Amino acid sequence: MKIPVSITINGRQYDRDVEPRLLLVHFIRDVLGLTGTKVGCDTSQCGSCTILLEGVSAKSCTCLAVQADGASITTIEGLASHDGLHPLQESFWNKHGLQCGFCTPGMILASHELLRCNPNPSDAEIRHGLEGNLCRCTGYQNIVRAVRDAAGAAEGGAQ
Amino acid sequence: MFAPEFDYYRAGSVAEARELLDAHPDSTVLAGGHSLIPILKLRLAAPAALIDIGRIDALRGIASDGSTIRIGALTTHAEIAASDLLKGKAAALPEAAGQIGDPAVRNRGTIGGNVAHADPASDLPAVLACLGAAFVIEGADGERRVSAPDFFQGLMTTAVGEDEILTGVELSEAGDGEASAYSKFAHPASRYAVIGTAAKVGLSDGVCTSARVVVGGLVPAPVRAGAVEQALVGQAVTTELIAEASRKVGDSLDDDDLLGDVYASAGYRKASAHAWVRGALSAAVARAG
Repeated sequence: MKIPVSITINGRQYDRDVEPRLLLVHFIRDVLGLTGTKVGCDTSQCGSCTILLEGVSAKSCTCLAVQADGASITTIEGLASHDGLHPLQESFWNKHGLQCGFCTPGMILASHELLRCNPNPSDAEIRHGLEGNLCRCTGYQNIVRAVRDAAGAAEGGAQ
Repeated sequence: MFAPEFDYYRAGSVAEARELLDAHPDSTVLAGGHSLIPILKLRLAAPAALIDIGRIDALRGIASDGSTIRIGALTTHAEIAASDLLKGKAAALPEAAGQIGDPAVRNRGTIGGNVAHADPASDLPAVLACLGAAFVIEGADGERRVSAPDFFQGLMTTAVGEDEILTGVELSEAGDGEASAYSKFAHPASRYAVIGTAAKVGLSDGVCTSARVVVGGLVPAPVRAGAVEQALVGQAVTTELIAEASRKVGDSLDDDDLLGDVYASAGYRKASAHAWVRGALSAAVARAG
């Protein structure tokens, strides 16, 4: 069985026929070639597949492509605007919030969700808000600094 | 990981979902997918078809008529955790929902999918049993309501029949002097409950007038800790009484039924369960007083 889906990713609409069992993360990576979104644990624990589904964070390894039919999705490739990097991307760069970079797309989108729900988080709230994302380089200190920095930037109206 | 092949049908209403269930033998209901998709990927289940109820808006939302709170089956853990109504009138539920998985999981996972899956390590079964929830199930003969002891029939087994759909959960609002709380020993990676304890107490002038304590995580289906409850009711509540009563939780746990794994053995869970009972009771008493 194939099901037609129409999914808008980073502002561009994609119409494809997919198997019902196709995971959203494989639709994004393998069908569309947008490889910024990663497959890590594949069991919804590590968060490297995090995307924004209708503006809200979701783990794309635990969602079927057919469930996202008609939805609007943002992946890491769509976060920057024509004017430059998103403040979170700038902060991860400036504060060295990445080492190998594998977890970074998910970390940044999970941080986006955190700041959407809580624009001025404490360090404890940042750590709690990122509990669904694992960094195998254990670079958490600078990730927390980066999110704190981005929250400050947002306060100044950069977003 | 790739799930085995299955067909997919999207329902626009509960009636249509029931027709699809009838028309496709060996089909399974898909809500948020956060219990079902993992077991499909692990190939622990291989249904012929999924019936997606995820877009039936009538199954979404939290509302109260002043005494009974109705929570639609598709209401997400994030929505439950953020509900001011539930925080005020059924505090253990948003407290537990806010500890499920992580923010992205809570954005997609639903209360209906969670309880229909009936994973013993899940948080909500114990909480809903403690709060005296009624599970609303729709089938060929209309709606029926099932209480928690009848709903949770064992490991991943519920009262929902093959041609039926769980449409929601109903709770009574906490009355004056009543409050509830949830306390959990979370697995450090998965955040599932190694031990989860829900408590609801009623207080009048410092005396316990009612108590209901339910444990999950270490048992196939939620278990009511009757000995703990009996040690509390009619007594003046003190820190010492709560600690002493909590120690009786083992009386309600049948050794043959206890769950253990490489992370925490059955014996360890049984021996430490009292600490989480005490935590839930202390928090509920603090809220009620």
